[in-house]
Amino acid sequence: MKKNIFALVSSIAVLGTALAGCGGGQQATTPPAEQPANSQPATPSTPAAEKKPQVLRLNLHSEPPTGDPGLAEDTTSGAIILATFDGLTRIGSDEKPHEAAAESYTVSDDKLTYTFKIRDHKWSNGDPVTAHDFEYAWKRALDPKTASNYAYQLYYIKNGEKANKGEAKLDDVGVKALDDKTLEVKLENPTPFFLELLAFRTYFPVNQKVVQANEKWAGDAKTHIGNGPFKIESWEHKSKLVIVKNDNYWDKDNVKLDKIEFSMVEDENTELSMFDNGELDWAGSPTSDLPTDAIPALKEQGKLTTQAIAGTYWYKFNTEKPPFNNIKIRKAFTYSIDRQSLIDNILQRGQLPATGAVPPSMVLNPNGYFKDNDQETAKKLLEEGMKELGITKLPVITLSYNTSEGHKKIAEAIQDQWKKNLGVEVKLENKEWKVYLEDLHQGNYQIGRMGWLGDFNDPINFLELYKDKMGGNNDTRWENPQFKEFLNQSAKEADLDKRKKILADAEQILMDEMPIMPIYFYTQSWVQKPGVKGVQITGLGDVDWKGAYVE
Amino acid sequence: MQQLTKEHFEPISVDLRQAEAIKRPSLSFWSDVWRRLKMNKVAMASMIFIVALLVCAIVIPLVTHNDYFTTDLAGKNKKPSAEHWFGTDDLGRDVFVRIWYGARISLEVGLAAAFIDLIIGVIWGGIAGFYGGRVDEIMMRIADILFAIPYLLVVILLMVVLEPGVGTIIIALTITGWIGMARIVRGQMLQLKNQEFVLAARSLGADSNRLIFKHLIPNALGPIIVTLSLTVPSAIFAESFLSFIGLGVAAPIASWGTMSNEGLPAMKYYPWRLMFPAVFISVTILAFNLFGDGLRDAVDPRLRK
Amino acid sequence: MIRYLGKRIIFMLISLFLIVTATFFIMKAVPGGPFTSEKNVPDEIKAALEAKYKLNLPIHEQYFNYLKGVATWDLGPSFTEKSSTVNEMINRGFPVSAHLGAQALLLAISGGIILGVIAALKHNKWQDFSAMILAVLGLSVPSFILASFYQYVFAINWGLLPIAKWEGFSYTILPSLALAASPMAFIARLTRSNMIEVLGQDYIKTAKAKGLHSFAITVRHAIRNALLPVITYLGPLIAGILTGAFVIERIFGVPGLGREFVLSITNRDYTVIMGTTVFYSIILVVMILIVDIAYTLVDPRIKLSDSGKE
Repeated sequence: MKKNIFALVSSIAVLGTALAGCGGGQQATTPPAEQPANSQPATPSTPAAEKKPQVLRLNLHSEPPTGDPGLAEDTTSGAIILATFDGLTRIGSDEKPHEAAAESYTVSDDKLTYTFKIRDHKWSNGDPVTAHDFEYAWKRALDPKTASNYAYQLYYIKNGEKANKGEAKLDDVGVKALDDKTLEVKLENPTPFFLELLAFRTYFPVNQKVVQANEKWAGDAKTHIGNGPFKIESWEHKSKLVIVKNDNYWDKDNVKLDKIEFSMVEDENTELSMFDNGELDWAGSPTSDLPTDAIPALKEQGKLTTQAIAGTYWYKFNTEKPPFNNIKIRKAFTYSIDRQSLIDNILQRGQLPATGAVPPSMVLNPNGYFKDNDQETAKKLLEEGMKELGITKLPVITLSYNTSEGHKKIAEAIQDQWKKNLGVEVKLENKEWKVYLEDLHQGNYQIGRMGWLGDFNDPINFLELYKDKMGGNNDTRWENPQFKEFLNQSAKEADLDKRKKILADAEQILMDEMPIMPIYFYTQSWVQKPGVKGVQITGLGDVDWKGAYVE
Repeated sequence: MQQLTKEHFEPISVDLRQAEAIKRPSLSFWSDVWRRLKMNKVAMASMIFIVALLVCAIVIPLVTHNDYFTTDLAGKNKKPSAEHWFGTDDLGRDVFVRIWYGARISLEVGLAAAFIDLIIGVIWGGIAGFYGGRVDEIMMRIADILFAIPYLLVVILLMVVLEPGVGTIIIALTITGWIGMARIVRGQMLQLKNQEFVLAARSLGADSNRLIFKHLIPNALGPIIVTLSLTVPSAIFAESFLSFIGLGVAAPIASWGTMSNEGLPAMKYYPWRLMFPAVFISVTILAFNLFGDGLRDAVDPRLRK
Repeated sequence: MIRYLGKRIIFMLISLFLIVTATFFIMKAVPGGPFTSEKNVPDEIKAALEAKYKLNLPIHEQYFNYLKGVATWDLGPSFTEKSSTVNEMINRGFPVSAHLGAQALLLAISGGIILGVIAALKHNKWQDFSAMILAVLGLSVPSFILASFYQYVFAINWGLLPIAKWEGFSYTILPSLALAASPMAFIARLTRSNMIEVLGQDYIKTAKAKGLHSFAITVRHAIRNALLPVITYLGPLIAGILTGAFVIERIFGVPGLGREFVLSITNRDYTVIMGTTVFYSIILVVMILIVDIAYTLVDPRIKLSDSGKE
C-alpha cells in the first residue's frame, strides 16, 4: 500500500502548493561540521585548519572523460589531472610558472635548449619520478598511434610536429632523459611562453610502468597513478569522484586539504540548489556554470564572484559570401552592436566588451581597435559598402548559432539591434552542435557564433586561428599575406618587446579587415562558502586546489 | 343536453401505412452524438474554451500594439502590470503577446500531429489487429523497428534534409508518434474481433472494411480518445525539444513549450515566465481531455440512458 | 505455443538486425563525427584517430565489424570516455536505470490503476472529476517542470529529501515520482475509460444480478477486462522508462543509461550509440513479446497465432 501513498503525494504535489507550510522535518544530509575529521590536519601551524575538517564538496558537472594527461581534451579532465599530477612547472598564485617536478633548469643562450633537473620525488604508488617518465609521456602523446587530440601542444619541441604527423621518427623528437634526473629539451623556435606551457597537462609525466601495464589505467581509482598534490581515492563513474591528499607529494606540507568530494550533477539549477542547501561548498565556474536567471539575485546578495579568463566570444563572417565579402559591411555590422548593453542586461557577469581579438590578460593594444556602439560610423560604412557592392538594399541576413539558451539570447538581442540600428532584416538559425560545426567548417553560413578560450597565455594562440584560409579553426575563409608574414616573424623573434609589436601589427590587420566580429571577453563566475580559501583559478580558467583550505 | 349524433363526428382518414412513420427528423449517428454532447455541461464548457482559445490565437496578435520580437533590455523581467499583463521576459519582450504567438504554433503543431497520428495509427493498428497472423506480425515489427531507431539521430538527419519550420516539426513528430496509437488500436482489435457482435455483423454479410471501420473502431473509441489526450501534450512539448535541436520555428518567435522551457530556470526569480505558458498548456490540455471524455461518453452506445 | 514462440524469436532477430542496420547507416549519414570539434585538429591527427578506432576502413567493413561486435556482445571502446568500453558503460548505467525505472513503473501502474478504477466506479461524480483533473495535470505538466518543482518543495523548502545524486533509497524517491507522473496519469485515464465500458457490459449485469458483491465484481470481472489497453502500453513504456529517462537523470544527477544514450548521440560517440541502441532494442522487442503473450493470459478469447480466421 506504500505505493498508493506515493501516488497520492505525487498527485498532491502536482496540484500545487496546497500543503506548503506544513514543512519541517530533518535535513537529509549531514552538515559539514558533523563530518568526521578522519585524518590529521596537514599543517599543524594553522590553528584554523585544526578546527574545520579540510574537506571540500564540489560539483564536476560531468564525468571527466579521462584521467590521462596525454589524452585529456576538456577542462573537467584537466581539473582532475592538475590536482593529481605535477608538471615540470606549476602556475603559482602570481600567475607565473614556478619549478615543480623540476627542481631547477638552465636555458641555452639561443633559447632553444632547456635542461631540467628533476626533483627527487615519488609517484603516488611509491615509484620514483624520473626524467624517463617525462620523455616517455611526451613521446607517447606525439606518437600518431596514441592519437592524442592535444598533441599539437607539443609541437614547440623540435620535430614534435613532424613526428606527430609521421614525417619523422619519435626518436628524433627533441626530448631526452640524459639520466634519471636530467631532462634535455630542444625546441623548434625560441618560445617565450615555454615554461608556462610546461604547466599544461599534455606536458605532464606519466608513470611508464603503470601505463604500459594497463591500457585503461587512467579510468580507475586503483590504477590511476600521479605525482600531484592529490590522488584519486574512489571513482564511481558518472556519479562521484573522491580525491585525497597524496602523502608522496614532494610539497605535501603546502597541501592543506585532506579530501575533495566531487559529485557529477549536470543540471546547473540543481547544482545551485544543492549549494543553497549546504550540500556543496562551491557552485558555478570553473568546473560548472551558474544558471543565468540566478545571476541578478546572487549579485544582489553579494554572493557572486567573477573573474576574467582568457577567452573571446565572437561572430564569424563568411568572407566569401556577399554581402560579407565587403570589408565595410563587415565593419558596419561589427560597429553597430551595443556590447555594453548586452553585457549589462543579458550576460550580466562583468564581461568586458571586446573591441579586439586578443583578451585583456595578454592584450596587445589596451585601447581596442574600434569604438563599441558606434552607430554613426556603422551607418556610413554600411552605405559605402552597399555602394561598392552596387546594391541599394541588403538581403535578409542569416545569423547562425549552436543550440543553447545563452547563445540564443545574445543572437535575439543582436538581431534586434541590427534591425533598429541598421534597418537590416536578420533571420536566426540554430543547429545542433556538431551539425553546426560541420557547417561552419565548410563555410555553409553567413554569420556564425564561435568563441575561443586560450590554451596558453600568449596572443599567438588567438591570432594563429586566422593564419590560413583553410586552417582548421579559421572558418571565415579570410587570409592576408601580410598577417601571415607577421605571425611567421613573431615565431622567430626572441626579443619579447619586438615580438609583441609584431603581434600587435598583426592584430591591427585582423581588425582592419574584420573577418570576425569580437563581442565580449569571457569571465567566470561562481558562488562559494565564505570559509573556502586558496582555490586558485588561473587566467586561462584552470583551477588548482593545491593550496586550498577551509577556514 | 345535446345529443351526440352521428353528424357530430367526422371520420378521420386512417392510413395504416402511416402508422409507423417517423415524425421527428431522423437522427444520424453524429447528430445523436451532438444531442447528447450538448447535455454534458463540462464538455460544452471545454469546447467553448477551446474555440475561444483558437479565436484569441488568431485575433490577438493582429490587434495588439506590442510585438513578440522587439527587445527592451531596460525593461526586462518586469512583473505583470497594466502595460504588460503577463510581465516581460529576460529580453524585455511582452509575455502576453508572446503567449498568443506561441499559441498559434503550439496549437497548430499539437492538433496537426495528433490528427495525423490518429489517422495513421488507427488504420495501421486496425488492419494489423483485425487480420492478425502474418500481417499483424510484419506490420507491428515495422512499428517496433521505427520505434527503436534512436529518435534524436533521425531528427538530426531530418534537420539536415529539411528546412526548419512548422511543417518539418509535424513530420518529425509523426514519424514515430503514430506507433503508440497503432499499438493501442491493435490491442483493442485483438480483444474485440472475437466478440459476438462481430460474428453477428459478419454473418449479416459485412465485409472486412465495414467490420473494421463501422463496428470495431467505434467500439475502441475510448482508448483511442485517451491516447489522443496523451498525444496532444506530448506533441506540444516535443515541439519545444525539436525547436531546441534546430528543427522548429526560428527564434525569436517561441511556442508555449519553448517558453516554459526557458522559464523553468527562472522559476525561483521570475515565476511568471514559467507560470503563464505552463498554465496555458495545462488548461488547454485539460479542456481537450474533458471534451474528449464527453465526446467518448456521447459516442458510446452502451452508455445511452 | 512453442511454434508461435519460435516464429516470434526469428522475427525478433530480424527486427534487431534491421534496427542495427538502419541505426548504423543513419548514424553515418548524420553530419559531424566523433572527432568534429571546436578546436579542429590537423588532418594527420584526425587520420591517426580514425585509424585507431578503425573509422578509416570502408563503410561496409565497419558495418560488418560492428555486426560481429554485436553478435559477440563486444561493443568496443567509447570515443569520448577514453578509459571505458561500451560494455562497461552499459553494465554501470543499466542497474541504476533499472532500479529507478522499476520503482517508477510500480508507482505508475499501481497508482494509475487505482485512480482509474475509483474514477470509473464513481463515474461523473466528484471523485471521478478530481482523479481525472489530477491525471490531466500529470499529462500536461512535463516531467522536467515536475522534477524541478519536487526539488523545490520536498528538498529545498521542506528539507525532507535530498535534492540530487544517487546514494541510497531516499535519493531515489523524487526521481521515481517525477518519472512516474506521466505514465501514471495515462494509465489512470486508460483504466477509467475501459472500466466504464466494461461496467456497462452484460456480463457485469449478470454478475450483479447473481448478487455478487460489487467489490468482487470490480476485482474479478471488471479490472481484468479493463487492463488490456494498459498492458499494450506497458511494453514500450517499460523499455522507454528503463533507458529513456534522460531529463530526469540529468536534473537529479542520476548516473543511469538514459544520459549515455542521449549524450552519445550529441557526441557522435558511434560505438556507444550502437551499443545502447542494440541494448534498448533487445529490451523493447522482448517486452513487446511478453505483452503479446500477456494478452492471451488476460483474455483467453484472444488468439495471436491464428490467421485463418477470416
